[in-house]
Amino acid sequence: MFGYLAFMLFLPTAAMLTKSLTLKPAEFWQIATSAIALSTYNVTFTTSLLAALIDGVFGVLIAWVLVRYRFPFRKLIDASIDLPFALPTAVAGLTLATVYSDQGWIGSLLAPLGIKIAFTRFGVGLAMMFISLPFVVRTVQPVLMQMEQETEEAAWSLGASPWQTFWRVLLPPLFPAILTGIALGFSRAVGEYGSTVIVSSNTPFKDLIAPVLIFQRLEQYDYAGATVIGMVLLMISLFMLLVINFIQAWGKRYDG
Amino acid sequence: MTDRGIEPVLQTSDLPPRYGTQTKESWIPTLFIVIALIFLALVLYIPAINVFYEAFHKGLGPFLHNLSEPNFQYAVRMTVALAAIAVPLNTIFGLCTAWALANKHFRGRTLLLSIIDLPFAISPVVAGLMIMLLYGRQGWFGAWLIEHNIKIVFAFPAMMLATAFVSMPFVAREVIPVLEEEGTSQEEAAYTLGATPWQTFWRVTAPNIRWGLLYGVLLTNARAMGEFGAVSVVSGNIMGQTQSLPLFVEEAYKSYNTEAAYAASVLLALLAVVTLVLKEILERRTGRGAKKIH
Repeated sequence: MFGYLAFMLFLPTAAMLTKSLTLKPAEFWQIATSAIALSTYNVTFTTSLLAALIDGVFGVLIAWVLVRYRFPFRKLIDASIDLPFALPTAVAGLTLATVYSDQGWIGSLLAPLGIKIAFTRFGVGLAMMFISLPFVVRTVQPVLMQMEQETEEAAWSLGASPWQTFWRVLLPPLFPAILTGIALGFSRAVGEYGSTVIVSSNTPFKDLIAPVLIFQRLEQYDYAGATVIGMVLLMISLFMLLVINFIQAWGKRYDG
Repeated sequence: MTDRGIEPVLQTSDLPPRYGTQTKESWIPTLFIVIALIFLALVLYIPAINVFYEAFHKGLGPFLHNLSEPNFQYAVRMTVALAAIAVPLNTIFGLCTAWALANKHFRGRTLLLSIIDLPFAISPVVAGLMIMLLYGRQGWFGAWLIEHNIKIVFAFPAMMLATAFVSMPFVAREVIPVLEEEGTSQEEAAYTLGATPWQTFWRVTAPNIRWGLLYGVLLTNARAMGEFGAVSVVSGNIMGQTQSLPLFVEEAYKSYNTEAAYAASVLLALLAVVTLVLKEILERRTGRGAKKIH
């Protein structure tokens, strides 16, 4: 088991670390902060964050609806939430690019209003929303199921408004789960390549994202350039992993 | 009807405030359900239906014609071959890991668990890049591999490594919780009754974990067959040589062969549907109340 882990995981990571160490710090810094690299971080991180936050709002709503209400096809809809996990990302990118293009089912309705989604940053964000949605729903859903409805009813009968009940009673115990879901969705969206590369026009300084830039650097046999940007993404992933562990540890205080 | 005048009096003075919220409740659930469904339709359902529409709207003839293309058939075989190697490898690894980590307490266990999850945190493109830096022309083993005329990068071995990398943690992740829930008492009982470790595994452990294991294998397979980013980086994407099905989809789309792209997409979408259905069945078998994230 350790042999496999070493061969599959440690060896490749070590190869990347040593490659990045062959560069002088000044060189590394210069590539990592070049204008094009900075623009891809900007596009990647702000779009991922927005996508994760939108998923945060709608994901909580979907989890709430699935747990608390009974309506036709509820089970089917519940099962379909995992579609983005099961559907290959290339297919997701392809169909989003078609549906939201100027001639697509939804894109053609938005085109007269001057809204373009496919092949812009909105398209990238939409693909990120697609792949990240299950993370929010599936982290919030189990916590909601464990919560007792009596608590809210108690709040109501004591005279709290629905708004107060939501902010003071429902949200606090859900909050760690919501944050975890958003963080998981965000880190998935940052690394995403398959769906975003297809739905984006990959124009530098507009909708070019960091993973695509790595890919382009490799295509030009610029291994150093690819490695530097790869290291930046890897650091962000590890940082997000720490953040998620921290949120989960913090959320445990509600379990006692 | 004659007592109608009493109602407003009751409402303002005697009933608890909840009375007001109850009348609101009748439309709030409907509103929430409608908003949730509209969001899901825009992000998930309409794009999903579109896959099937685009593939079949010109009838079955063009669809079947696309399926008979040699490059397409090659890509299907490639995808099946990748999964056929990566899934068993990761299943054995996952079982060993679960067996080594579950119900054990030692220093660094949490760290080891996080390390096993790393392939999910790392961007697939970065995973591909790592493989290039190991086996590529300028990589650690590059010179040695060229000398011995072994082709890894831009060929099947690297694609296999990339596929195995991204789908590595699923089995361990699903089996560890099952093992922890079962505890070790049954195994211990088997040992004291004189069973060998091998017998204990097959007679006691395996029946306990089988549904969790199948669940993990199912997710591993879905990821292995659908992986795009990591495989794309290391494959060179040469049609009819190093092209798996997801790569075929992108290539066909980029070369304006949208119909072929959608014909291949239908196959991958069916894989997704089968995965979801089996997942649902397994979730019922394992008696899982809530669904898990992976």
